[in-house]
Amino acid sequence: MSTDPVTSPCGEQHSEQFTELDKHIDKLAIDSKNPRRKDTLIMTLHHAQHIFGYLPVEVQTHIAQCYGITHAEVSGVISFYNFFTITPKGKIQINVCMGTACYVNGSEKILQEFERILGIKAGEVTPDGKFSIESLRCVGACGLAPVVTINQRVYGKVKINDVRDIIEQYIIEESETVEEAVHA
Amino acid sequence: MKKVNLTIDGQHVSVPEGTTILDAARKLHLDIPTLCYLKLEKVNYLNSVASCRICVVEVEGRNNLPPACATPVMEGMQVTTNSRRVLTSRRKNLELIISNHPFDCLVCSKSTDCELQSLVWEFGINTQRYKGERSTHPIDKSSGALKRDPSKCIMCRRCETMCNDVQTVGALTAFGRGFRTVVAPAEMMPIAQSNCTYCGQCVSVCPTAALTGVGYIHETWTALFNPKKHVVVQVAPAVRVAIGEEFGMPVGQIVTGKLVAGLRRLGFSAVFDTTFGADLTIVEEGKEIMERLEKNENLPILTSCCPGWINFLNCHFPKLRYMVSTCKSPQQMTGAMVKTYYAKKMGIDPRDIVVVSVMPCIAKKYESALPSEQTYGIRDVDLVLTTRELAKMFKEGSVDLRHMPEEEFDSPLGQSTGAGVIFGSTGGVLEAALRTVYEKATGKELTDVNFTSIRGLQASREASIDLNGRTVRVVAVSGLGNTRKILEKIESGEEKYDVIEIMACPGGCVNGGGQPYAAERDDVIEQRIRGLYHIDRNQTLRVSHHNPAIQAVYQEFLGEAGSEIAHEILHVEHLMED
Repeated sequence: MSTDPVTSPCGEQHSEQFTELDKHIDKLAIDSKNPRRKDTLIMTLHHAQHIFGYLPVEVQTHIAQCYGITHAEVSGVISFYNFFTITPKGKIQINVCMGTACYVNGSEKILQEFERILGIKAGEVTPDGKFSIESLRCVGACGLAPVVTINQRVYGKVKINDVRDIIEQYIIEESETVEEAVHA
Repeated sequence: MKKVNLTIDGQHVSVPEGTTILDAARKLHLDIPTLCYLKLEKVNYLNSVASCRICVVEVEGRNNLPPACATPVMEGMQVTTNSRRVLTSRRKNLELIISNHPFDCLVCSKSTDCELQSLVWEFGINTQRYKGERSTHPIDKSSGALKRDPSKCIMCRRCETMCNDVQTVGALTAFGRGFRTVVAPAEMMPIAQSNCTYCGQCVSVCPTAALTGVGYIHETWTALFNPKKHVVVQVAPAVRVAIGEEFGMPVGQIVTGKLVAGLRRLGFSAVFDTTFGADLTIVEEGKEIMERLEKNENLPILTSCCPGWINFLNCHFPKLRYMVSTCKSPQQMTGAMVKTYYAKKMGIDPRDIVVVSVMPCIAKKYESALPSEQTYGIRDVDLVLTTRELAKMFKEGSVDLRHMPEEEFDSPLGQSTGAGVIFGSTGGVLEAALRTVYEKATGKELTDVNFTSIRGLQASREASIDLNGRTVRVVAVSGLGNTRKILEKIESGEEKYDVIEIMACPGGCVNGGGQPYAAERDDVIEQRIRGLYHIDRNQTLRVSHHNPAIQAVYQEFLGEAGSEIAHEILHVEHLMED
């Protein structure tokens, strides 16, 4: 005999992040019988990635359950868009623009320099989880080519020699926030 | 309905609005070649994603070449199906498809059954004109049942349509984009870790060898040539009305006797009939049905013969698991009886016996390997071959089925009834159960054993039967998508039934994933079903518990239906491996 308590797919116990995601999903009032319910899937995935930083399998299956679709379908959508990632990104996310303007202004060399110093490739995370590097297409700031964005900050006209300084600046900032937290 | 007039290759045709150019052309007997397109009307299957572009045609006034399979006709349309531009484009498209396809046709398991190969042959392409990058992917045989070889995939998406739309299993998706796209389970995980049910319907629609069954021909030959092993075989009902097709015999032809003779020529020590196990299932399950009806609990009872369906239940409706019968499937019951009853009778150590079964099914391969499907620590069934694999063994072993004599199954596990035979068709298990349950419950003999209202290819067929004043409501369903609909109604309480028969493949085992490939499958399914009911009609014994071999087994070995020993050997908790 099945003794599992009947729970609504979105109402289970989860960490804070899941609660936040569910708040978003609940607002959509998904009707599992409506064939058009999937229209909001990409939006929800965006939201989930914002909350979790990436889209691990547990998040994917949770979203699939809420939408009444299969994990395979969610997984297929995620795999189609470069923006979505299934591996965790670093705390400090370095994005090097490889759009045409940046590329002709040497962004490939900039990317390689980041990769060389941090010892990881684009798409990877440093073992301590601090830095991750991504290459992306045009960010719409071609006048500043080559452009690097790190978290919310934008760096324009970056030169190879700047790369080390930028990284060091983040290492210092990071240690300061840690100290502040300790002394608070 | 509004009619639309158009001309195709100069011929006028009038078709209902919404008809595709392809169907309009077929009405004129213009056979536009197709590859990814597939329509199986009786199972509600339509794949018209227009990904292969083999069916392109020229339409007056349009710049591009639209795919005939996905373009609806329009009033006054002028279509050309064989202009130079059309033929050149089709050929180029096909050459591009094969530029990213392995050229190992000689050693490919799908050779001569491959739709891509046939098309290349029909187009007279005899050289590899484009040599570019090839996508390579590892082969996935993790399940031991379903083999995925994505390097051979041509992105027709037929499997996805079958898995997602018809079966509603949702195990497959197009993963990634562009050249790197691969049809795979979520996260590209091995199929064994996915929610695949191994129903094998994807295999029967795959045009190439991207999806096939995991083969056990080599292992079977090895067992047969091992003098220390006593190798016995059992054959499922659906095989006898299908394997003839592999030898050019008419579709649905009954070849039971020839099949038995052929198996003996291959060297099996005994040739048994899975329908014996089917009769045994009915006696055991019949008892279970009557008990549950009497106590009025755990209803409806769901049949447990189909491992594809059991996997679906475990994955998608785990809360309804308590409803399923605890009976092992006929394949497993036959295997278990071989390794206990038969072994004892013959004085053979069950560890020296190899049970091979010939099944129309992919999921049976998975079922046989489950740790729960053992008796006293020994596997009930060791090797599972599909109907297609057996046909290959026959050909390799110089057995031409057409010229085999008619021979009888061996006793004691070879005698069966018409009830056991119809297990191969949707509705058959339920009908067989009703024949036995009716007689046992009422003590009256049935004057007409035919329950025709539950036969047929409709999604579900129901009937109400009066059993000692209690109206018993039964329904037979085939296809997992149809199953989902019924189970949702059960879950919500919208519908109440007492007995439900479920088979994963639309039409039942006759349309299993291990059956001979068939282009016109709609007709083929019906003819195979007709074959099974024909056997049933001509059998003297048509009720499972009338089978003297079954009666003997209970007398000599099992005691009575539902006895302790019957439970040890013939029943199981149906849980899927994690």
